[in-house]
Amino acid sequence: MLAALPTIPRQGDIPVFQEPWQAQAFAMAVALHERGVFSWTEWASTLAAEIKAAQAAGDPDLGDSYYRHWLAALERLVVDKEIASRRQLDMTKTAWDRAARATPHGQPILIENDPDRIR
Amino acid sequence: MTQHDDHHHHHDHAHGEAGSELPDIALRVRALETILSEKGYVQPGVIDAIVETYETKIGPRNGAQVVARAWSDPAYLERLRQDATAAIAELGFVGRQGEHMVVVENTPRQHNLVVCTLCSCYPWPVLGLPPVWYKSAPYRAKAVIDPRGVLADFGVALPAETAIRVWDSTAELRYLVIPMRPAGTDGWSEERLASLVTRDSMIGTSLALPAGDAA
Repeated sequence: MLAALPTIPRQGDIPVFQEPWQAQAFAMAVALHERGVFSWTEWASTLAAEIKAAQAAGDPDLGDSYYRHWLAALERLVVDKEIASRRQLDMTKTAWDRAARATPHGQPILIENDPDRIR
Repeated sequence: MTQHDDHHHHHDHAHGEAGSELPDIALRVRALETILSEKGYVQPGVIDAIVETYETKIGPRNGAQVVARAWSDPAYLERLRQDATAAIAELGFVGRQGEHMVVVENTPRQHNLVVCTLCSCYPWPVLGLPPVWYKSAPYRAKAVIDPRGVLADFGVALPAETAIRVWDSTAELRYLVIPMRPAGTDGWSEERLASLVTRDSMIGTSLALPAGDAA
């Protein structure tokens, strides 16, 4: 039975965050907690639920998908605490997508670049 | 780190002539950030400041100083045993996710191993953010079922008479392992001792380095 356990994914020391979005997602959760939007116990149980759901959906959960779970937990709490609706999150995400596509390569991508932005 | 450098483009499908493309996950993060700042939940600069702190200021060197002090100063060790949070704060390491710290001491009779089976609770102020393997399902599962096997995976073989105790972290309780002080380090300065204390030795997946590896 022990042999069936997957190997622990060890690698040398790598940067704390592998991509900028991971750092942003991490810091947003910390900032919201500090503002008292949720307790850390709430955070840990939401994150644990997202990890469990991802595993159930087939994620081998080797640690590299951790910040995906983190982001999903953050979105869930933002919706649960009625800071924003799912629809608002989706619409803002679509606006960022349009902004990116309207931004020439090499230029900073700003949401102001969204051609459909309401001013 | 700037907020807008996660600019990827994919070559595997067609996209607009001159436009840029961001991966879905980066779009989700930007959407959240836009909403949180528009609604006043996150002030400008706060996110970057938090990121910078965790990228550069907080890490396992903090914990190594705590361990080196505990090895050198019996009164400090006693304070750690009584109230680890306060004793760690004496060295200036306070803050997020270190509110309720407990130290567990390795001895020839008992080795301690820390895990968080549910998510990844971890003592940030003394160890920084957890390594990838700590967050992985295989580690979280195996640490509980077969801790000796975990140690073997990390290249550590303990004598059969050393029991292994596994500590499951929670949102309320965080553990710091005090590894055994290596032989041949009598009279060493705390700074030199700290150079033997690795991150993994404070999680319990490794031992402190031998005296010959000192910086």
